[in-house]
Amino acid sequence: MANSNNNDRRKFFATTLQSVGLTALGGLLWSGYADEVKASPLVLRPPGAIKESDFLTACIKCGLCAEACQNRDTNIDKITGEAKAGTLKMAKGGDHKLIGTPFFIPTEVPCYMCEDIPCVPVCPSGALDQASVSNEAGELDINLSRMGLAVVHKESCIAFWGIQCDACYRACPLLGEAITIEMSRNERTGKHTFMLPIVHDNACTGCGLCEIACVTEKPAIFILPNEVSKGKAGDHYVKGWDKEDEKRIENAVAEETITELSKKGSAEGYLNSGDLY
Amino acid sequence: MALNRRDFLKSAAAASAASAVGIAVPSNLQASANEAQKDWRWDKAACRFCGTGCGIMMATKGGKIVAVKGDPAAPVNRGLNCIKGYFNAKIMYGADRLKQPLLRQNAKGEYDKQGQFKPVSWERAFDEMEKHAKKALKHAGPEGVAVFASGQYTVMEGVAAQKMMKAGFRSNAIDPNARHCMASAVVGFYQTFGVDEPAGCYDDIELTDTVISWGANMAEMHPILWSRVTDRKLSDPERVKIISIQTYTHRTSDIADTEILFSPSTDLALWNYVAREIVMRDEKEKCIDWDFVNKHMVFTAGPVNIGYGMRRAGEKSIKEGKYTDLEMEIINKEMKTIVSAKEAPALAPYGYKEGDEMKHTAGTLKHWHISYEDYKKSLEPYTLEYTAKIVKGDPDEDIEVFKKKLQQLADLYIEKDRKVVSFWTMGMNQHTRGTWVNTLSYNVHFLLNKQAKPGNGAFSLTGQPSACGTAREVGTFTHRLPADMMVKNPKHRAICEKKWMIPDGTLNGVGKQHIMKIHRDIEDGLVKFAWINVCNPYQDSASATHWIKAAREMDNFIVCSDGYPGISAMVSDLVLPTAMIYEKWGAYGNAERRTQHWRQQVLPVGDSMSDTWQWIEFSKRFTVKDLWGEKAPSGPRKKPLADVIGKAKAMGYTEDTTMFDILFNNKVAHTYKKDMTDPIQKGYDDTESLGDSRKVIGSDGKEWKGYGFFIHKYLFEEYAAFTRGHGHDLAPFDMYHKVRGLKWPVVDGKETQWRFNAKYDPYAAKATKESGNSHAFYGTLAKKLLQGNLMGPDKKLGKKALPNRAKIFARPYMDPPEMPDANYDLWLCTGRVLEHWHSGTMTMRVPELYRAVPEALCYMNPKDAKAKGLKQGGLCWIESRRGKVKARVETRGRNRPARGLVFVPWFDEKVFINKVCLDATCPMSKQTDYKKCAVKITKA
Repeated sequence: MANSNNNDRRKFFATTLQSVGLTALGGLLWSGYADEVKASPLVLRPPGAIKESDFLTACIKCGLCAEACQNRDTNIDKITGEAKAGTLKMAKGGDHKLIGTPFFIPTEVPCYMCEDIPCVPVCPSGALDQASVSNEAGELDINLSRMGLAVVHKESCIAFWGIQCDACYRACPLLGEAITIEMSRNERTGKHTFMLPIVHDNACTGCGLCEIACVTEKPAIFILPNEVSKGKAGDHYVKGWDKEDEKRIENAVAEETITELSKKGSAEGYLNSGDLY
Repeated sequence: MALNRRDFLKSAAAASAASAVGIAVPSNLQASANEAQKDWRWDKAACRFCGTGCGIMMATKGGKIVAVKGDPAAPVNRGLNCIKGYFNAKIMYGADRLKQPLLRQNAKGEYDKQGQFKPVSWERAFDEMEKHAKKALKHAGPEGVAVFASGQYTVMEGVAAQKMMKAGFRSNAIDPNARHCMASAVVGFYQTFGVDEPAGCYDDIELTDTVISWGANMAEMHPILWSRVTDRKLSDPERVKIISIQTYTHRTSDIADTEILFSPSTDLALWNYVAREIVMRDEKEKCIDWDFVNKHMVFTAGPVNIGYGMRRAGEKSIKEGKYTDLEMEIINKEMKTIVSAKEAPALAPYGYKEGDEMKHTAGTLKHWHISYEDYKKSLEPYTLEYTAKIVKGDPDEDIEVFKKKLQQLADLYIEKDRKVVSFWTMGMNQHTRGTWVNTLSYNVHFLLNKQAKPGNGAFSLTGQPSACGTAREVGTFTHRLPADMMVKNPKHRAICEKKWMIPDGTLNGVGKQHIMKIHRDIEDGLVKFAWINVCNPYQDSASATHWIKAAREMDNFIVCSDGYPGISAMVSDLVLPTAMIYEKWGAYGNAERRTQHWRQQVLPVGDSMSDTWQWIEFSKRFTVKDLWGEKAPSGPRKKPLADVIGKAKAMGYTEDTTMFDILFNNKVAHTYKKDMTDPIQKGYDDTESLGDSRKVIGSDGKEWKGYGFFIHKYLFEEYAAFTRGHGHDLAPFDMYHKVRGLKWPVVDGKETQWRFNAKYDPYAAKATKESGNSHAFYGTLAKKLLQGNLMGPDKKLGKKALPNRAKIFARPYMDPPEMPDANYDLWLCTGRVLEHWHSGTMTMRVPELYRAVPEALCYMNPKDAKAKGLKQGGLCWIESRRGKVKARVETRGRNRPARGLVFVPWFDEKVFINKVCLDATCPMSKQTDYKKCAVKITKA
């Protein structure tokens, strides 16, 4: 009995999600098309999502990932027994995301990093790549997901003021790995410690639990998509003290370089152009 | 002059920081600061939350608190705060602040225990309270009227409540939630030092080489102090060692050099192991400072078969069958237990062996002299082998690795010239042998002469902002009077009676209705009127279902004064809207004996009025003839209380004089004038003394216009007089408004950093004038004792006094009454999280804090979760013999128990974990053990 109820509920949610998608498609014909067809650089995708440009072509907007997220058995309100809002939403008109594609907003519902990652295996199109969230033994491992990267704005982060906060650190499922605390002496007071949250991109999954836990009015730690949040050092230099770093430049090639000064393209061009006086 | 917002903030912050430390502010900067803040008023206050006692500055504008900053001049925090402190300004204005009295009523507007809450006037509220309190007095005498008091009372509120209860009602049924927080520390202090409160102060952190945290998650519960400990570690990482001794891994272990995870309750064995190392290695290594010990110490012991502070056989509710068979499985251990294999070696020196039946008598504070040889004998069982075997808390840890940690611990304590501070909080206090384990901490420090010295000492941290300042120092415990005086002591009662201008013989000498006893007395039908002040006893008490049932289903009247509605308000019959901290004048006392005052910053919200006002208004409803006639024996009091009406008349009172006129509106009170030219009072509201612009309609149906004298100063000064000249000396009221708090005893305007140390404490200096001793443990309680051995005292030997000495106690490891078994296979430990204060009534209303931690989680080991088929993030039932609650499983993050233990915070009323917890207490301190009971966990 309880099970059949449960199934009914699941069907209901699946239908709802599909109709949201359809409504959204209907809306698409009328408005916002130009805006929402373009990939938003700030969208956070489900675990295992492939590169955004590829994702947009691979995702068939079926909603199965969002349905799995919504219907996961840990997503039950403990008082009412009802399913809560899931993390993943399907973009509709006005979301400023490509309509019908799954995304999440950490300050609304972060990703709780389910160990069984229900959203990924259900993806029929490969837009969510199970291999990217599986370990060497082939088991699902949510810690491998890279939905985005937490970034700390240190001017608004009250830990950088000296406040004993580290709410983000305590909220981090990978506490001590994805976020560590850097301690430094507070010279002003002479007897306290700055305890500063430092995000490590080799462990941060971009789940957003830090962002929702952040106690500042607008979070001082927030998740940005990897393409946006990360810089890139050149392939022409390797950390001499870090054997691992060589992996970073496996695809290094010698490239011709050009600057304003060398734009003429050849030495003669330069030499013969000279008007020294 | 135009200022953009950035410039404005910069100059405002710089100017306030500079003026706080006395740096001259450049005049142009000063001018811009003045302009920016022209409609703000900054004034100092203390943080509302924990016992650390951080100083803050509050900005008010348009009658509302708009901002807070850490007070750069405050020695504790120097301008910093933790995230609760950061939100002091935002706790005040939650959408559901209580704004008017609410009474349960039927459709006709009559009081009805089954009715809905509807607004009533203050006058009606007091009419109902008067009616029901008089009914309760008639039913059971003074013992039938009770108060759930608080370690979050301001000093003045504590004084008002205490006077009306103890002097007015002649009832000692007033006990604070601080009972749950540090009663074991208090009894530990009394037993060891003969006087309450720590010898050391926070300056020890900067002066020590070693911080050993026993059962304390300072990183979350005392973040500002932890940041000082961290700074000390950073200042000399090689030299400074941090050891974290806990029952599960939490943030305090982050910077620890070593973490020792111990099995619940075995901290008793661990302390004894360290003491044994000191004693056994003394011959070779000269560990013990015998000169110090011989001059300052005596060795003592007490009975061990003292029960577990639960209900005893034959109590009314037990006879009536209010406890299930499952519950009785544990409660029966209050009368007798069978000595287990685990505790048998520890109990051998006391004459017990495995399998013996131990008959328990109710907890007693009795103790007697023993010899050093006897003490040594008590330590013999705690070999490394035995200790490691019973103490190791992580079943997956290698025993040899664990043994090395224990040896390291002992070595650090013993190392010559190494300064050591031991800190603890609820882990050692919320313990069925809490008093014992507190005294065991001093043993180690005393033997090594590492107590009451700069950078050295065992230091009990407190949880609540004024557990020290109000609950302990004012004495709002059932057994206490101000300044370490006791209701049991006729001389102390006489001192209070004189000062309070009440007839001698008024005060009741039996103070046994501690907070759990009040709950039990309500369940037994003795207490029929209970008033809740600044606490949430129906959420914070273990075995909660019993007390809620008793309140809701029995014939009684429960009143709850609060700023916000919580479980206790929901359980009550009348709810009174109450001014919050900065809406009244007040003072708190923190864990290092620092008293801090603040002024009323804003008017209370709605028709809220302070607890002080509520108590004083209530006192108007009772006269000499109502309260001071003869009182027949009742509850724990086996003798009648004398009629003192005649004596009252001889003092010039009549039968109809109200308690208000005697206790609060007297001639002394009137000498404390309201004077708006007084720089302390000028420009600040004083709702109680003067009324205020809200024109609240008061308890008599008329506009409240104030008492007309400076009630706060009167209450403080009358109380402070008790402290002066007795080693508790508080400074004058006005001085506290000029400084950032002072650590008592304040003698000749100077505060005291290290008590009992002749170099720093004028009282110790005086006591050692002739002997030239380094210390004097001048406390006076239990300073003349019988003599005997571990088995008991020998009355023939007579009593021996121990002036200026402290005590080293022989106390064994014993099992707690409920331990995991085949059916209930896990330990449950409860506690707090940094984001929320206690039951969350304030912090769960701050959106940012609510968002950060919206619910209490069940932290457990991933292996346990897996074995039970539980998923990270999934729901589980946590079930004990007493009840069950649903919570979400968390196997990651901040708290990481080893297999066999789960941790569940108690702030969340939707994860009502106290329905699961056991109300066993330390039988000596009566403090509940929230840290251990047995549960099973199943998938929900």
